[in-house]
Amino acid sequence: MPELKTETMTLNMGPQHPSTHGVFRLQLKVDGETIKEAIPVMGYLHRGSEKLAERFLYSQFIPYTDRLDYLNAMTNNYVYCAAIEELLEWEVPERAEYLRVITMELNRIASHLVWWGTYLLDIGAMSPFLYAFRDRETILDRLNEISGARMTFNYHRIGGVKWDAPDGWIEKVQETVKELYENIQEFDTLVTGNEVFRARTIGVGKLSKDQVINWGLSGPIARGSGIPIDLRKTEPYSIYDRFDFDIPTQEDGDVFARYKVRIEEMFQSLRIIEQACAQIPEGDIITKKGKRLMMIKPPAGEVYKRAEASKGEIGVYAISNGKNKPYRIKLRRPSFVNVSILQHMLVGESIQNLVAIFGSLDVVLGEVDA
Amino acid sequence: MDYLLMFLYAVAVLMVLLGGVTFAILAERKVIGAMQLRPGPNRHGPWGVFQTIADVLKLLLKEDVIPANADKKIFVLAPVLAFAPAFSVMAVLVYSSTVGGADINIGVIYFLGVSSITMLGVLMGGWSSNNKYALFGSIRGVAQMVSYELPLILSIIGVIIMVGSLNLTDIVNYQANMGMWFIVPQFLGFAVYMISSIAELNRSPFDLPEAESELVAGFFTEYSGFRFAMFMLAEYTYAIAIAGLATTLFLGGWLGPAFLPEIVWFMLKVVAVMFIWFWLTATLPRARVDQLMNFGWKVLIPVALLNIVLTSIYKVWMG
Repeated sequence: MPELKTETMTLNMGPQHPSTHGVFRLQLKVDGETIKEAIPVMGYLHRGSEKLAERFLYSQFIPYTDRLDYLNAMTNNYVYCAAIEELLEWEVPERAEYLRVITMELNRIASHLVWWGTYLLDIGAMSPFLYAFRDRETILDRLNEISGARMTFNYHRIGGVKWDAPDGWIEKVQETVKELYENIQEFDTLVTGNEVFRARTIGVGKLSKDQVINWGLSGPIARGSGIPIDLRKTEPYSIYDRFDFDIPTQEDGDVFARYKVRIEEMFQSLRIIEQACAQIPEGDIITKKGKRLMMIKPPAGEVYKRAEASKGEIGVYAISNGKNKPYRIKLRRPSFVNVSILQHMLVGESIQNLVAIFGSLDVVLGEVDA
Repeated sequence: MDYLLMFLYAVAVLMVLLGGVTFAILAERKVIGAMQLRPGPNRHGPWGVFQTIADVLKLLLKEDVIPANADKKIFVLAPVLAFAPAFSVMAVLVYSSTVGGADINIGVIYFLGVSSITMLGVLMGGWSSNNKYALFGSIRGVAQMVSYELPLILSIIGVIIMVGSLNLTDIVNYQANMGMWFIVPQFLGFAVYMISSIAELNRSPFDLPEAESELVAGFFTEYSGFRFAMFMLAEYTYAIAIAGLATTLFLGGWLGPAFLPEIVWFMLKVVAVMFIWFWLTATLPRARVDQLMNFGWKVLIPVALLNIVLTSIYKVWMG
């Protein structure tokens, strides 16, 4: 029998493919459904955020951080403000720190819920998406009430936060937390044990500890591979050292491990919000100097500030030359770093696993392309 | 005169079927919507009953696009070839003791044989579109339909052994005489039939050929307008046909307490079977190709064979 003639096919996936979550593009060389080579193409959403920062006042760059990881804008706001505060050596009022923590953690849950819903959508289950968005909506309502926006909050300020919590907001948040406990528990029982879901995720897209460290991966991906790194715990910023919470880790390093880490993280975030709501003091929400936006002029110097975003370690490296505009801002975007391993994970996998693996990295394109 | 009657019957079935498909699509959207915390279509008419009609009208009014690099003849033929067999199998279904199509003695074989042609439409549609995603979709689709055709047929053999006839009317009458539906003595067969029929119909969790998150829309990615409508029509017609066969073989066809007409019982059972499919669509994620094949060949076929062996032993034992 003569040898069957086969050839590899080039498949262009994206930038308008339903499961690339935005404008990511992959050039795949496939043999049947097996991927031989995957070349990621990025930059469709590039806006030059870092360069733009150089022509704005310090405070004017905050809205741009919203648009990096638009699902987790609060932490982006925070890390930029905190970096500049460190340059300025300002103290932030207690109440502001608490409001920051509450909003950041609420936003982390919202971000994980979006991930949870869209991930299951990727692997073919449609209903979880709608349930996740229902609960995300309550969170966005709370964040809307305090910041006036649903996604691009522009809420944190250098030296504090923009608005104080409206009357009764803390109580509303406490109620939301109670609801979320029940609902996320329900999601967990409904989906985590599902046989089809487990068959799709367990053992797929394995990442070893070495790979995670060598590629500088962070966030739930690192914790899913058994590396207990969470900046809230290992390098406490803001007031995270005052709260009692755990860092969930899983040893397996597969897609399912990352899934479980994220589910567990939502519960931990709820714990933090509960404690923060109970402890929050009265007082100022922004330092006096912080209100005079034109006058924010850090002394010459440089700083690197990092925080734990829902996707991993987000960092801001800022250089000041003593003027009221930054000399240089460099952003470490976790999605960008995390997606770098994708092309190596995909070799030898099928197209169906591609979707499962890419989804599990939880990439937001606004952050990849900045 | 005979031909005229045949023609009239075919037209009547087609009309009922078109109505059935229209409401099956609406029902699917409503059922899944209710399971997903949303109302489903509710703009057109009371309870959204005219939604599908509006959708079909829109599709019919659309420009008829044939991709420049498509193989035109096959591209045009594919949706017809997908629909025709799905509709032809309706000819042998019996809806009540008085209403039914051709009363032929090989009804089951005719049904299974003709329905297999559907996959030609899938293959031709994917191949001729000259689109890589469509090609993937059709290859997956055909591999899946071929693999699941076997357990589907094997699961029915148990019933046929019991009855000793391939005629659908005989099968229902046997159940009437036996005093119970085949779902009880042939439960293994029923389970295998239901699972493989899902794969056969490309429904969730085996909707790999049209996996939206992977293959955009699978084999009909390039189809639009009324050709797309034709594919949808074929899909739902086939679903109704398969549900009809399940009703006849396992759920006692038109049998039921006398307070409702026989044909209503038949329709209710078809609706119940379809409801299970809708329910699964709203519940389950999608399986992977290799898992699907493994499941079909290593689980379903052995179970179906076991069912045949058990039934044969029973039949020989009881004489």
